[in-house]
Amino acid sequence: MSLTVSYTSREEIEVHKFNWAVSVGIPLLALFLQSFLPQKRFKFMEIFDLPLLVTIFFAVSRRRPIPGLLTGAIIGTLQDALVGGRYELKGILNLNGIAKTVIGYLASSVGVKLDVDNPGSRFLMTSGFYLLHQFIYTVIDLKLVVIGAHTLPGFGHILLAALCNGLLAVAVFAGLDRFKLRS
Amino acid sequence: MPASMDPGRPSMESFFSRYKNELVLMGVLFVQIVILASNVERDNPRAPAQGRVSLVRVWTVNLITPAERVFVSTGHFFRDTWRSYVDLRGAHAQNRQLQEEVNRLRTEQARLRENVSEVQRLRALLEFKERYVAQTVAAQVIGSNGSEQSRAFYIDKGKRDGMAQGMAVITPDGIVGKIKEVFALSSLVLVITDHDSGAGVILEKSRLRGVLRGTGLSEELALNDIMADEKIAPGELVITSGGDGIYPKGLSVGTVSFSVPDRDNPPFLSIRVKPAANLARLEEVLVVTKIAEQAPAAPPGSGGRVRAADILAQRLPTVPESDKPEAGAKKATTETAPR
Repeated sequence: MSLTVSYTSREEIEVHKFNWAVSVGIPLLALFLQSFLPQKRFKFMEIFDLPLLVTIFFAVSRRRPIPGLLTGAIIGTLQDALVGGRYELKGILNLNGIAKTVIGYLASSVGVKLDVDNPGSRFLMTSGFYLLHQFIYTVIDLKLVVIGAHTLPGFGHILLAALCNGLLAVAVFAGLDRFKLRS
Repeated sequence: MPASMDPGRPSMESFFSRYKNELVLMGVLFVQIVILASNVERDNPRAPAQGRVSLVRVWTVNLITPAERVFVSTGHFFRDTWRSYVDLRGAHAQNRQLQEEVNRLRTEQARLRENVSEVQRLRALLEFKERYVAQTVAAQVIGSNGSEQSRAFYIDKGKRDGMAQGMAVITPDGIVGKIKEVFALSSLVLVITDHDSGAGVILEKSRLRGVLRGTGLSEELALNDIMADEKIAPGELVITSGGDGIYPKGLSVGTVSFSVPDRDNPPFLSIRVKPAANLARLEEVLVVTKIAEQAPAAPPGSGGRVRAADILAQRLPTVPESDKPEAGAKKATTETAPR
């Protein structure tokens, strides 16, 4: 007996659309929460990267690389503008912008090939993208910008953050699925 | 010309259509790297970016921070209402406790007043000009930068409230940081624990001066430029020296947590300082909007400028009141002293 497993069903390659208010409002809400919550007795929220989760969600849902990378570019640039990293204090933009552009592109490409509606694959995908995002961010930080000495978070901390973001993504994506408009 | 007549065009079109996604990705990344590079260039010391803020930052901050202001104000309204009108358990006991504290402090104040008077006399003698906090504005913390890489937060006071770059931000417990950037309705405060922060400080007992640097950790500061042959005890208080032009002298900074020889930077010490202010739980801060500088006035009755001989004379047995010619001669000497 042979068992054939298809990993690209019709459901999986379905392209989802979003109301314009959702497309604008959700990223802004993520930016707001990323800025607001860590200061208000939710210091642990610093470990999460809500704008990254939103970038991944929209990219894998739309499943088109150009909108995916543009979503990442816009969200990342706004994140740099508002919350950034240490360099935003010097007015330097685009560390997050560049990293999230690449993630948006890759996530939309992955969305075409894998079942991204499954909680398990969402967890693994988001954790992996978080690690990749941190890698890109750090490489640009150390190799391209190189301003002053600073302490980089340890690998154990980054791994923990990746797992935490993966877990949060499963819950957040399930909530955001409600806003999908099926084409 | 029709496409079919240009032999190179069909292949070029197929190239662009085939690699459209990759080309757009490269184009967007190129633009972002150019922007990044232009920003890095701005940070060149020869062309400092001080005071220049990207337009996209102004738009984003002005879009997000009003919502944060509303959230914070609403939260404080409900919290204050609860605390002021409902949750008054223990208020009576606390009131009595505070009254006892006031009485104790009054007694202490009387003792300290005498010491202050003496210090003022000595400072006037040495022509010290002291910088002191003349005016502060209270501000609410409305948001953080939300990043693990830096230590900064937004407050709900901006250009309209008189905020300006470089103003010191403090709490009653100790210094917090300084204003890094100012927007219309909000300001970004760089916390002293950030890598890019620094402050001139003095160790209270040993009177050693050093430069305090942020480590990026919320509970730790690094104190540099102190030689290894000095003895620094854990628990020693660290206060601002006033030499950095940001923080007025004498503000509490923190306490020494440990001090060991710096292996990477001999012959100096590696000193770690625990901040006095609770930087992880900030809700309200004071922005120092005005620092006054003036020579301290001599205490009343000292007759303005005082010479060392006059101070010594005060410690000698009192001259009898009847000895007026001698007293008059002494007064004339004080007034004609060269200034």
